[in-house]
Amino acid sequence: MNKLIAWFDERIPMTKTWNIHLAQYPAPKNFNFWYIFGVLATLVLVNQILTGIWLTMNYVPSAEGAFASVEFIMRDIEYGWLLRYMHSTGASAFFVVVYLHMFRGMMYGSYQKPRELLWVFGMLIFLVLMAEAFMGYLLPWGQMSYWGAQVIISLFGAIPIIGDDLTLWIRGDYVISGATLNRFFALHVIALPLVLVILVFLHIIALHEVGSNNPEGISIKKPKGSVPDSEKPKFTFHERFTKKYDIVDAFPFFPYYIVKDLVGVAIFLFFFCYVIFFAPAMGGLFLEPPNFEAANPLKTPEHIAPVWYFTPFYAILRAVPDKLLGVILMFGAIVALFVLPWLDRGKVRSVRYRSTLHKVNLTVFAISFIALGYLGLKPATEVYTMFARIFTFLYFAFFVLLFFYSKNENTKPVPERITK
Amino acid sequence: MKQLIKSTLLVAASLWSVATLAAGPTVPLDKADIDLHDKASLQRGAQLFMNYCLGCHSMQYQRYNRTFRDLEIPEELGIENLQFTGEKVGDLMTNAMATEDAGNWFGTAAPDLTLVARVRGADWIYTYLRSFYVDESRPFGVNNTVFPNVGMPHVLEELQGIPRKTTEEKMIDGEMQDVYVGIKTDGSGMLTDAEYDQAALDLTNFLVYTGEPMMLEQQRMGWYVFGFLLVFLIFAVLLKREFFKDVK
Amino acid sequence: MSNAPVDKGRRRFLTVATSVVGAAGAVGVAVPFIASWNPSEKAKNAGAPVEVNIGKAEPGQLIRVEWRGQPVWVVRRTPEMLASLEAVNDQLRDPNSDEPQQPEYAKNLHRSRKEEFFVAVGICTHLGCSPQFLDQGMGEYVEGAQAGFFCPCHGSTFDIAGRVFQGVPAPYNLVVPPHYYINDNTILVGEDGEQA
Repeated sequence: MNKLIAWFDERIPMTKTWNIHLAQYPAPKNFNFWYIFGVLATLVLVNQILTGIWLTMNYVPSAEGAFASVEFIMRDIEYGWLLRYMHSTGASAFFVVVYLHMFRGMMYGSYQKPRELLWVFGMLIFLVLMAEAFMGYLLPWGQMSYWGAQVIISLFGAIPIIGDDLTLWIRGDYVISGATLNRFFALHVIALPLVLVILVFLHIIALHEVGSNNPEGISIKKPKGSVPDSEKPKFTFHERFTKKYDIVDAFPFFPYYIVKDLVGVAIFLFFFCYVIFFAPAMGGLFLEPPNFEAANPLKTPEHIAPVWYFTPFYAILRAVPDKLLGVILMFGAIVALFVLPWLDRGKVRSVRYRSTLHKVNLTVFAISFIALGYLGLKPATEVYTMFARIFTFLYFAFFVLLFFYSKNENTKPVPERITK
Repeated sequence: MKQLIKSTLLVAASLWSVATLAAGPTVPLDKADIDLHDKASLQRGAQLFMNYCLGCHSMQYQRYNRTFRDLEIPEELGIENLQFTGEKVGDLMTNAMATEDAGNWFGTAAPDLTLVARVRGADWIYTYLRSFYVDESRPFGVNNTVFPNVGMPHVLEELQGIPRKTTEEKMIDGEMQDVYVGIKTDGSGMLTDAEYDQAALDLTNFLVYTGEPMMLEQQRMGWYVFGFLLVFLIFAVLLKREFFKDVK
Repeated sequence: MSNAPVDKGRRRFLTVATSVVGAAGAVGVAVPFIASWNPSEKAKNAGAPVEVNIGKAEPGQLIRVEWRGQPVWVVRRTPEMLASLEAVNDQLRDPNSDEPQQPEYAKNLHRSRKEEFFVAVGICTHLGCSPQFLDQGMGEYVEGAQAGFFCPCHGSTFDIAGRVFQGVPAPYNLVVPPHYYINDNTILVGEDGEQA
């Protein structure tokens, strides 16, 4: 066995990679509940790729055959329903864990220097994920697939001058048609997953280069020679980490966080499997009822709502009375997150040591996001639109306020070390 | 921090409770108290469907043999009594009516009903089946309170009798007024009102079954998966505690 | 950080136990992925047993039906054809049908349930061509034979019970598919039936 490993190690950096990224990777000792979602996102990604590959084995990407082929998978293929529900539930689960993962980063300042690029890679993952989900939702070719795509693609029509030509080009037809379906299928099953996996790889490389943040926002890297041996952890960390710094308050990712994450994974799987086996449509949130009717270009459903994970942005779009401005604000809501590392000029990372103003601001932001998500599901009545405007304002206010108060923020003193 | 989480969860919980996206029914729907374990009800529902619905509405994603198997109908009996057009027992439950013909006869093609319960919900179907009423202005002489201007005849009329919207005189604010009290039949049907409701329920039950024929298997499997996850969770917790002795 | 001694035995046991449970879970997850490759209900329906009406078959006639995408023959043999079976025995590779190319009930001289009717998959056991049925003129290919099957691809020859002659490329007798008589006029190809 050892000989075999040695044989490989002479040819590829197997043991070295294992040590740097797992067995001798220093992870802060105070990770909490919020630190499970990265692992869960990876798990869901694997689930999506595997079930996705299996679904393509029987899915028919054509306007004539798509809807029937999904029902064929659900009924005529052994365990086809399970593969399909794993995939459809996985799509929603992906956004649940990614939103929580992002909010974790916002709470503990994980986007701040030196983790700006890590955050940007994460945001790119989020963006690609949204494109992936959007294109995937067209594939069952149900009424919501069709009309949801119709609405979203029409957004590009708001762009001045090229708008109409652009929507025509995206659709490849005067309406959404088999041509649109086929190109979305190609992007959904090959192009975007490939990009996604590469971005995830870069995200992890970037993380392991700068090291993990933690709920205290305190660095575990101390200047070389500043920590007495008695205070150093008893574990061996890779020299890559210890060459320049003394590492404190950390332990190796493997086995400690692996075994801890197993517990988190098991708990997550309870929720995940509950949905798969007992509520695959999740009361219309994960699989919308009109989508069990085949796409009909001549009949619009009474109420078109995107799937829940798009509704916060959809609500922003609808809140604005001007089409172009609405589109700009909707994309602006995502762009604002992209530039968050530069909007936040504070030096303190964790919300634990930041000002009350910041705590309130962040809470209002979270509430606004959820409220917008809720409003995006509802029909646009007068009252709902008013609320959507208020929450849209609060959503953007978070970024604006942050930019101004973060420079001279009234923060609490940050301890030198992570205490438990 | 705690408060932040708490308020976030609170809002999340309120979002979660918005389970159903109402399609905006104007008529309150009656609760369809269906039971997928009730094979007798499903069998009666299947019989009603084959006799009264399949002539116009296909069930193009559902197979005869699966229906027989799931509903515990012996195959020979099913072929003899429930298959009218001589297909193979493993065939899909399509029908012979061409879409164009249907378009000409009814103004619109009769929709496929395999998944209707997933689109409309059981309560809607149950109420719909019991909400036809006489309306001479309509091409088929009937209308429906749940589905206004519905484009189909009341095919279950021979069972229900002729249903009419009924009003009663009632004292309101000191004045006698005609108040709509629901749909009443003239009693000419083969079934009593209670029997008709049961028939509608059986048919609804069957349509819920065809919408998700895998549901019972799915839920049974779910419990096994939970059992497994529980065992895994226990071991994972013990393992985590054991390893974290190093760092506590 | 405590320096309490580590209970190695307990740690090892829990690691192994969790791994075993996890591996069992992985196997469980693999089940739907593997099972989904089985023939679908649609394929099973297309491959369902086929009824053949033999009521109108003339003596010496071959009826061709499709079963699971393969040609299946039903030949109503004449008394002369049946009489010739014994005669060619010593020219055959497997005259007693020892190779499992037929169900147990067809392992006899005439390789069928009823002497008169021969049911076989019409695919040559050599490379999968479909042989020709020769109700006479077989003598051209095999000396002394009268009726049988001749594969045009590589010249394999079979007698009127689908038994392969010696000296041809085909290694085995023609396959007899599972079948039974629903009644005197109908054969169901694809199932052994209860009388099997």
